[in-house]
Amino acid sequence: MYGRKVKLRFLFISLILLILSLSVFLILKSLEENVVYFQSPTEVKELAELNKNKIRIGGMVKNNSISIEEKKVKFIVTDFKNEINVIYSGVIPNLFAEGKGVVAEGYLNDRNFFSATKILAKHDENYMPPEVKAALEEK
Amino acid sequence: MASLIGYYSLVFGLCASLLIVFFCIKNFQNSLIFDNKVLTFTFLQLFFVIISFLGLIISFINSDFSNETVFNHSHTTKPLFYKISGTWGNHEGSLLLWLLVLTLFIFLFLLKSKDQSKKYRILTLLFQQIIIIGFFIFLIQTSNPFNYIFPVPSEGLGLNPILQDPALAIHPPILYLGYVGSSIIFSSTLAATALNYVSVDWAKHIKFWILTSWIFLTLGILLGSIWAYYELGWGGFWFWDPVENVSLMPWLALTTLLHCVLILEKKNLLSSWTIILSISTFTLSMCGTFLVRSGILNSVHTFANDPERGLFILIFLFSLIFLSLIIFFFFHKQDKKKYNFFWLSKETSIVVNNWFMMYFLTVVLIGTTYPIFLEVLTSEKISVGPPFYNKLIIPFLIPFLFAMAIGPKLKWIKSDIKDKFYLILFLIISLLLSAFIIKNLNINFLLNTVLVTSAFYLFFITTRDFFSKGLKNLSQNIAHFGFSLLILSILLNNIFSSEVITNLKVGETLQLDKTQIKFESIEKKNINNYAAVIGKFQVRDKDGNTQILNPELRIYNQPNIVTSEADIKTNLFTDKFMTMNLVQNQDYFNIRYQIKPFMIWIWISVLLISFAGLTSLLKKKNYEN
Repeated sequence: MYGRKVKLRFLFISLILLILSLSVFLILKSLEENVVYFQSPTEVKELAELNKNKIRIGGMVKNNSISIEEKKVKFIVTDFKNEINVIYSGVIPNLFAEGKGVVAEGYLNDRNFFSATKILAKHDENYMPPEVKAALEEK
Repeated sequence: MASLIGYYSLVFGLCASLLIVFFCIKNFQNSLIFDNKVLTFTFLQLFFVIISFLGLIISFINSDFSNETVFNHSHTTKPLFYKISGTWGNHEGSLLLWLLVLTLFIFLFLLKSKDQSKKYRILTLLFQQIIIIGFFIFLIQTSNPFNYIFPVPSEGLGLNPILQDPALAIHPPILYLGYVGSSIIFSSTLAATALNYVSVDWAKHIKFWILTSWIFLTLGILLGSIWAYYELGWGGFWFWDPVENVSLMPWLALTTLLHCVLILEKKNLLSSWTIILSISTFTLSMCGTFLVRSGILNSVHTFANDPERGLFILIFLFSLIFLSLIIFFFFHKQDKKKYNFFWLSKETSIVVNNWFMMYFLTVVLIGTTYPIFLEVLTSEKISVGPPFYNKLIIPFLIPFLFAMAIGPKLKWIKSDIKDKFYLILFLIISLLLSAFIIKNLNINFLLNTVLVTSAFYLFFITTRDFFSKGLKNLSQNIAHFGFSLLILSILLNNIFSSEVITNLKVGETLQLDKTQIKFESIEKKNINNYAAVIGKFQVRDKDGNTQILNPELRIYNQPNIVTSEADIKTNLFTDKFMTMNLVQNQDYFNIRYQIKPFMIWIWISVLLISFAGLTSLLKKKNYEN
């Protein structure tokens, strides 16, 4: 009925469409798995259930809350409404200080304790990560 | 005074633009030959922008704090070199640099395109002037680098210390030559489309500009990456940070264009695709500028958050896209002629390359912009990290690398693979070698072996071609060889890197199975605009070799910021990398010690890749003479 050429072209186009939809599916799927959500201490407190995924929390480092040992650093992140205790071992950015904004990435142990795997560096003392700013403004 | 001259030069530059547009239109309609008045005015415009730029530099050198930009980003105690580089280390100054590159490139284009038709040159100039006028208005309206403040402050606020660094001082100009240089590709593509001139001749002519942009963009990204490696102290060279991604996206588009224009040049095919790629390259550059300047992304490049600026760029960006789409749909005539090529041919391999590159570009684009869209739509804040990119890009590198090895061996139109023997031989050698390397390691054996195999395969094939092909296709071979070296170094670097992170007090020793780190002492020094705290560490490895490392903390006076300077001991095989961080009000220092194999080969391979572009440019020149 149809010529060989038409068939070939049809095959070719459907192959391209298949590859396209497959790659879009792949991208969206791994996006879903690898996205890290940002939450403020208050949002963590209000969580209906704890999930096991990696998240980011952010707020201010509470005054007089940093304590350090050979292997780990402990501090408290606050949004002046709620607080979370953070335990961390790893590189500490220079601009990490009490009374300054911080973003920590890691896992929630429960609603009060957070194990951080990374503390994000800021580049500028006047600069506040937008997430932290928003979290602090919401209080 | 210098500021005043700078400001008025900007205004004159804008006037020159309007005159150019006027003469262009007159010249386009009336006369047959290219009006030299147009060239004169283009030169005049370039001259005004240079004067304006020099005015800003002089204000920075003299620490003229009556200028708001200088006040915000400079300080009298800053070394002269960083006073100068501070000129483009801020929003206003870097936009002036944008403008400088825009005008420079169009002037060079007019000088170099004398053999092209009058209409084509004039139209290119017109399109470029649209971009230039847009940026003039943007600069003068929303980010004037010459704002005056009164009363004049006696001291400036200083430049962010992490920008006070030699690599970062030259990173913006080099990067901009590539980034903004793509504007000329955009303009001339639109001109060629409007005149229905997208052809073999045009491809030969535009290749020069594609290569030039590409070389600078590659070098610019390299510089930024080297800087991030030693200055940010994270011990890596690429973090999939949105700011890095926005420079990678135009690079991917430009590299695709570089390959695709080959088909246009040799076979007069894929003209629509070439046009689309040219337009997207510059659009992606503009997008990058928008994302970075609007403050949507947080990074070193976010100088000041001003919604007005973001909005302006966004509107401008959309008008440019709209303009190019109109030109594309109304003027571009699809070539009707049939052209068939066999599935195994050079054309196919280049198309395959294009498909892969587009896939990589899509991944990076989605990963970079998805968080922004999600936040706008649902106000949920997310970030997309390295696992996303690794998962989606790394597996696809395997067929990509194989295609890179085989593709250049194919002939145009129809080909078969000769000399199958050595192709298979190299495959076996690579496979055995990789299996041997990966065998005893505690990582995913299959994936890593296949990955390393594909990289080794490309490496061997390209190495052999240096001997068997000699000077034929030399640039292409160097570039592919460089890429195989890059991927190999990255893979081995990832596999064999190791690190120790700990908190130590002065005098303490950390004892591990393989390494011993002894914190011997600290020393304080006062230098120019910062005080340095230099640590002395003795590192002993398992064979008993000791090495002294001296990471440094710099406490800058203005702005009052502490930065870490990593101490890196480099040799051909491995980098030893140590950073020291201060923890507020504590005796402990936070120490990070890393062993990073083959770091230097990552830099060398990227240099090789851009060098390949250079040889291609030079070869073209010889060919023309």
